[in-house]
Amino acid sequence: MMELASFLQILDSTIRLATPLLLACLAGLFSERAGVFDIGLEGKMLVAAFMAASVSFATGSVWIGTLAGIGASLVFAGIHGVASITFRGNQLISGVAINFLASGLTVVLGSSWFGLGGQTPVLSGGMRFAEQPIMDVLGLPANPWVNLIFGHSVLVYVALLMVPGTAWLLYRTRFGLRLRAVGENPAAVDTAGVSVVRMRFAAIAIAGVLCGLAGAYMSMSLSAGFLKEMTAGRGFIALAALIFAKWRPWYCLMACALFGLLDAVAIRFQSIDVGLFVIPVQFTQALPYILTVIILAGFVGKAIPPRAGGEPYVKER
Amino acid sequence: MTTLPRWADVVLVPLICLLIAFAFCGLLIWFIGQSPVEALKIMVSGSLGSTYGFGYTLYYATNFMFTGLAVSIAFQASLSNIGGEGQATLGGLGVALSCLLIPWPHWSLALMGSIVASMAFGAAWALIPAWLQAKRGSHIVITTMMFNFIAFAMMNYILVNLLRPLGSMDPASARFDKAFNLPKLGDILGLIGIPFSSKNPANISLLVALAVAVLVWALMWHTRLGYALRAFGKSEKAAIYAGISPVRITLYALMLSGGLSGMMAVNAVQGEAHRLLLNSVEGAGFIGIAVALMGRNHPFGIVLASVLFGFLYQGGAQLALGTSIPREVITVLQALVILFTGALPYMVQRPLEKLFARRAA
Repeated sequence: MMELASFLQILDSTIRLATPLLLACLAGLFSERAGVFDIGLEGKMLVAAFMAASVSFATGSVWIGTLAGIGASLVFAGIHGVASITFRGNQLISGVAINFLASGLTVVLGSSWFGLGGQTPVLSGGMRFAEQPIMDVLGLPANPWVNLIFGHSVLVYVALLMVPGTAWLLYRTRFGLRLRAVGENPAAVDTAGVSVVRMRFAAIAIAGVLCGLAGAYMSMSLSAGFLKEMTAGRGFIALAALIFAKWRPWYCLMACALFGLLDAVAIRFQSIDVGLFVIPVQFTQALPYILTVIILAGFVGKAIPPRAGGEPYVKER
Repeated sequence: MTTLPRWADVVLVPLICLLIAFAFCGLLIWFIGQSPVEALKIMVSGSLGSTYGFGYTLYYATNFMFTGLAVSIAFQASLSNIGGEGQATLGGLGVALSCLLIPWPHWSLALMGSIVASMAFGAAWALIPAWLQAKRGSHIVITTMMFNFIAFAMMNYILVNLLRPLGSMDPASARFDKAFNLPKLGDILGLIGIPFSSKNPANISLLVALAVAVLVWALMWHTRLGYALRAFGKSEKAAIYAGISPVRITLYALMLSGGLSGMMAVNAVQGEAHRLLLNSVEGAGFIGIAVALMGRNHPFGIVLASVLFGFLYQGGAQLALGTSIPREVITVLQALVILFTGALPYMVQRPLEKLFARRAA
């Protein structure tokens, strides 16, 4: 029987660990719903985490750091956009390139700026997000239940609010309708007089902002500074969650919560003894990927990506 | 389609892409307050200046030849196999099992055993994504990517729980029998009187890789299967109309690709480490993508591109030793090469096309 306290702790760390996944997953949702595959989520998160922590350390302000992180992520999104929309290149290859670019650039710039072998100095005080801003403002007492609901950094709530926000934008606005249409049938959108290129760039920019927030959260809230390769495959887990959620916002929340839970469990318990056999920690770590493959294979419901995904749009002449 | 003359398309475009990537990296090195010229000098002298350094260059190049050829076969069938990393990891498992479980009487037989085992394991790891792509329509890029992570977790489990010798702390298998160590390139060249350092990991696998490159060339351009692969890659509909089974071609292409990725382990695991380490692949699976793009999917180009990347890799290591420039500069360069040759080819092609059109007129 698991004790209540440790159960609450696991839920608490699930929320923390699911937040960057959720932000990146929604970023991927915008991009892929508009017909641009984005396996560069990882790279954008990484470069954002790095720039956010660096600028926050230099200026002492977590908010300027966050803006810098978003800026860096937007630049990378721009590269992806130019390659895959303007020059109609291979979107997947471009994503691979972006991931490498981020993993190389962060270390090169980081070691030359701080001389710490690729990490930033430890951030403290105003260089990090406040840990429990809501509890501090409302003066709530600290207890595990209150902590679980109100005791998180502001970006956790931003990420959660993004879910209904995304659902509303996607399904209830003209912009959302056009965005989805661009991912399914760009020719029709073009015929209606809406620029496919502009819509796709808009989607990619939103994805850039969201990845920027995810990165900023990783280096300035989840940990106190940037570490080499600190995203550690979270961008790919987010991508897996996106497929698992079949490209729908509310399901993204559930998928990210599930994968965050798996992460929290893997960190807390090394191997789980279920009596008959032991589940090794490596299995828990690989489970998001295994589940995604199963979903992709269509054995449990079918994950059908946006129809025009991955194809550059060529205007008819 | 491009209207460029063939030589320009095959030689000029990759070269220009490479120059742009180099220029960007030079700017980056200058930006962090170091001298790009000095950096290039260190890279050249460290990787080409001595037979010791050149041996390392060739050792890395051998890895990239295998993974580059692997990616190119899948590319020819217009399938993007980005699971080279996982397939090579499994190939390593094959090599380790073959070397640890079978008491081979001679290194040459152990080499044969490793080649077969690594190909079988790599191909098997590619088979599942291939089958899912062919039969269930799941996107090959996503599944092979997921399989990289699954392979890494599985290898972690196998090394920690099953293959790790008693009393050892690091996640690695036991050392292979010394008799299975492959002959060093230096020793082979010494036999025919060429002095070459044998203090580096370059070994007979290089010759295996070159032979494989020739075999891949023969397969792709001189056999029925190669024709079917290329036809399927050019136009799936036409290939089906010509009686080529898309399911079978997808399976063949990816199993060949996975098998070649797996063979990388012959060089890295049996040739260099002499035991199975957790991260024996070290990103070579991904570099295979850059190598295949740079080499324009042709074995000859891939061999050249592999040596180029071997030079970059060894040069990067020397940079990290001799200057305060981190070796990750090479990762940036690799990213830019992938970006320009793989995702932005039109950016270079179009201006060139205009230039050639004007000259012709």
